[in-house]
This record gives sequence, structure tokens and C-alpha cells, in this order.
Amino acid sequence: MRIFIEISYLISSILFIFGIKSLASPKTARKGNFLAALGMFIAIVVTLLDQHVLTYEWILLGFVIGAFAGTWMALKVPMTGMPQMVGLLNGFGGGASMLVAFSEYYKIINFPQFTYDYQTSITIVLSVLIGAVTFTGSLIAFGKLQGLVTGKVVRYPLQHPLNALLLIAVFAGGVYFVLNPSFQWLIISIGIISLILGVLLVLPIGGADMPVAISLLNSYSGLAASATGFVLQNNELIIAGALVGASGIILTNIMCKGMNRSLMNVVLGGWESAGSTGPAVSSVAQKGQVKSVDAEELAMIFDAAESVIIVPGYGMAVAQAQHAVRDLVNVLEAKGKKVRFAIHPVAGRMPGHMNVLLAEAQIPYEKMLAMEEINDDFPNTDIAFVVGANDVVNPAARHDKNSPIYGMPILNVDYAKTVVINKRSLNVGYAGIDNELFFYPNTLMYFGDAKDAITKLVHEIKNY
Amino acid sequence: MDGVGILMLIYVFVLAIFVGFELITKVPPTLHTPLMSGSNAISGITIVGAILSAGLHEFTVSTILGLIAMIFATINVVGGFLVTDRMLKMFKKK
Repeated sequence: MRIFIEISYLISSILFIFGIKSLASPKTARKGNFLAALGMFIAIVVTLLDQHVLTYEWILLGFVIGAFAGTWMALKVPMTGMPQMVGLLNGFGGGASMLVAFSEYYKIINFPQFTYDYQTSITIVLSVLIGAVTFTGSLIAFGKLQGLVTGKVVRYPLQHPLNALLLIAVFAGGVYFVLNPSFQWLIISIGIISLILGVLLVLPIGGADMPVAISLLNSYSGLAASATGFVLQNNELIIAGALVGASGIILTNIMCKGMNRSLMNVVLGGWESAGSTGPAVSSVAQKGQVKSVDAEELAMIFDAAESVIIVPGYGMAVAQAQHAVRDLVNVLEAKGKKVRFAIHPVAGRMPGHMNVLLAEAQIPYEKMLAMEEINDDFPNTDIAFVVGANDVVNPAARHDKNSPIYGMPILNVDYAKTVVINKRSLNVGYAGIDNELFFYPNTLMYFGDAKDAITKLVHEIKNY
Repeated sequence: MDGVGILMLIYVFVLAIFVGFELITKVPPTLHTPLMSGSNAISGITIVGAILSAGLHEFTVSTILGLIAMIFATINVVGGFLVTDRMLKMFKKK
């Protein structure tokens, strides 16, 4: 039986690998997700055959509750709420890892047939630490994205010393626990401190830095599963966890590059560390005249254009404007214009956030281009239409050494013949700085809520 | 578990990290959100541990912890795969 179970775990691991491999193209991705789900199904079924599994009622109860909640969440969540959803799921994964490690510990304490050694104790500590940090950290990230916890950068006194102290406490306690594994309260304290640490680590991270935080927590949820695999000495958990851990690390890295910031800088919180001085920065951009247009004038400009690149940002998600944007694409294409999308890596609140929203509005994925694919095309483009994006199109990132976003790769919308920016007001973006682009001679501001404004624009273009 | 035993596990872990890096660098940015939710569902493999904990013969604190872990991991697995499928269904060619 043992060998049958192990072979099934191997097959399941291979299915996970093929599943992720199939995500390399949107054509095969759905099949890939199915393969991974099949792998999971196999793993679950064969685990039920394990000789240590003797009662099924608790397993069944847990499964029914979890499956109900999971299905309900997956079917109810709107596409704009996807970052929260992923955040929450990360948290459940981490929480499960922490609980399994604790459960394993009590199994060893309560049953003479199980014994522990240094390796087991070390892996239990690691599993509890990573699992607990992932759990509470993800719940805070969820709260921030859902608007239950402030999305601003939160600072508290002695922030860094406090976190360092807690981390040292966990490690010191961990070492002591490994040497004296019968001290029950010690592992419980490690768990509690780790839970607090998760809250304190994510609380300082601001809303627009969430792509990094979510990616990092995604990585942690994988590493937590791996750590649990070490506790249980189960290769499949280790493999599956490592795949997810690697995925999260890569995404975190892409997000950090997209903001030209180090991981440390993001984790420690806020743009301030980049050395900006608020008033000095804003006075630079106040020069010049803002030209604002209404829907009618704009329809005329669009009518004369041949090529359009739309640049979506978080504002589009907030206004739920993706369907209006789709209507705009349709009406422009009906008039024979070339329309494409330029998507900055950190647009939105998680990696790929904009692509999912556009896909929801039935915009074909070939039209969505990544920054490096489309950035050279702006000079040959008649209109760059910015919808709810700000910092990712701020030219100050290229030349203003004093700007906190200096060095961040941006979409070169200002090289287009005309830049049209849809925004509710002239307010600053996440970085808290003015955007000099608003005052450029080739920039037109089209004020209004993205959904209403674009719907009006579509109407005007149709009637033009 | 002896020293060699844990080394074998580390072996597997390190190789799997490399496989992960190779695979995931090939995922296009357009699919990064489904990648996250899908890989998230895969990390719900902790459900295996939860089953082993919740299925012990004698009812102890391990069983209770296992039950809660079972709920969490199942949400992770079921919710993760379903929501990923929901998203991937929307990605269409012209």
C-alpha cells in the first residue's frame, strides 16, 4: 500500500509540473489548471488510504465546510476583487500549514509510537513560523485591499527594532525548543509571536505596493507547504510548495523591478525612504497650463486618429470601467483604427490584475501588451489614452533625480502625438507626487469618473 | 528522521525550486493573476497533512487542529482551482 501511495504522489507531482508548464500560453492554460486539479484530487484520494487515517468523519466535515466556503467565494468574487481573493487564499494555505505542524507536534506528544528528533523539531518551528506569518500577513493584506484596514502606509513607533526583536525571539525560542521539545508553551509562544509578526510586517505596506506584498505572501504560502512537507517527510508537499515558492519569488522580483525598488524598501514600507521632500516636488510641476477637453472635442480627436494605445491603471478597476473601455475599443475598431493596450507590470493591485479585468470585458489577450513589447511604439501612435493610471506614466521617473519614483520604468505615453488622460481630478497618485505629464503641451485632460466619461465618449464617437 | 533522510528531502526541495524557476519564467505577464491563484491552489497540498491529522483514530487536540486545517486547506484548494478556471475561461483570442 505504501508503495502505491508513494507512486500516486509522484504522478500527482508530475501533474502539478505539467499544469504550471501549460500556463505558458493562454491557449493551454485552462487545461493546465485542470491537470493540477487532477493531481490534487489524486493526492487527496490516496492519502485517505494511508494506514494512519482511521476515522473519516472529521475529514469529511472539514472537507464539506471548506468546499462550500471555497466554491461560494470562487463564484461570488468580482474580477475587480481578485487581489483580495488571492490574498485570502494565501492566508488559508499558510494557516493550514501552521495548524498541521501544531497537530503533528501534539501527535508526537500524545502517542508513544511517534517520536521526535532535532530534525522534526526544527521543521515544526519553521512550519509554524512561516505558516503563521503567511496567515496573519495575508489577512491584513486582504483587509487593506478590501478597505477594512487602511490602505495607507502605516507607521508605528519602534517599527524596525520591534520586528527585529520579535524575529530574534522566535529564533531564540526555536533553538531552545529544538533542544527541549517537550516544552509545550514554547512552541505555542513561537506561534503567537509569529502571528503578531505577520500583522506587523504587512501593516506598513501601502496600497499600491500590494502587488509586491501579495506576491511575497504567495511565495510564503508555498514555502509553508514545503516546510510542512519536511515535518511530514512527504516529497509531494515539498515539491508542490517549492514550485509555488519559486513562482512567488519570481513575481515579487518582477514587481520590484517594475517599481525600481528593492524588496527591503517595499517591505520596510512607503516611498519616503526614497528621500522625497513633498512641497519641493509639487512646486516643480505646478508650472504650465492644463488643457481640459470634453467628450465632444475628444470624439473629434479620436476620429482623426489612426492608432490608439490605451493605458489602464488601478483607477479603471475602481470605476469598474473595463466594459466601457471594451465598447470604446469596438467603436474605434469599427472605424478602422488600430487599438492596443499597454500594461505596466505594477498596474493595479496584483500582477496581471489589468489583464484579468480586460479579459472579463472580452478583450482578446493579443491586444494586451507588456511594457517592453509596446514601449517603442508610442512615438508612432496618434493617441495614448491613460485610464486611471498615474505614477506609471510620470516622465519625472526618467529625468528628475529628486523624484521618489526616479529610475522606475514607465510607459512612454508622452512620446505619443497626443496624450489623453482620464482622471477624476488633478490629485496626486500613490507616490504622493504631482505628474508633470498633465502640464505637457501634447497632453489633454479628460476629467470624470472613468466609466461615465468613457461611456459618454463612446456615445459621441458613434454620433460623430 | 536521520541526517541523511533530511538531506534527501532538501535535495528534492532544491531541485523542485529550480524546476519552478524554469517553468514560471515562461508564464506571460498576461496570465500572472491566474498563475498566482492557480499556484495558490497547488500550495493547498497541505490538505494531505490535514487529512493525516484529522483522521487519527483517537480524538485528541491533534484532531481539532486537523479539522480546522482541513477546512482552511479545502477552501484553498477548491476556491483556488475554481477561481482560476473562472478567470482562464475569459482569456480568449479574437
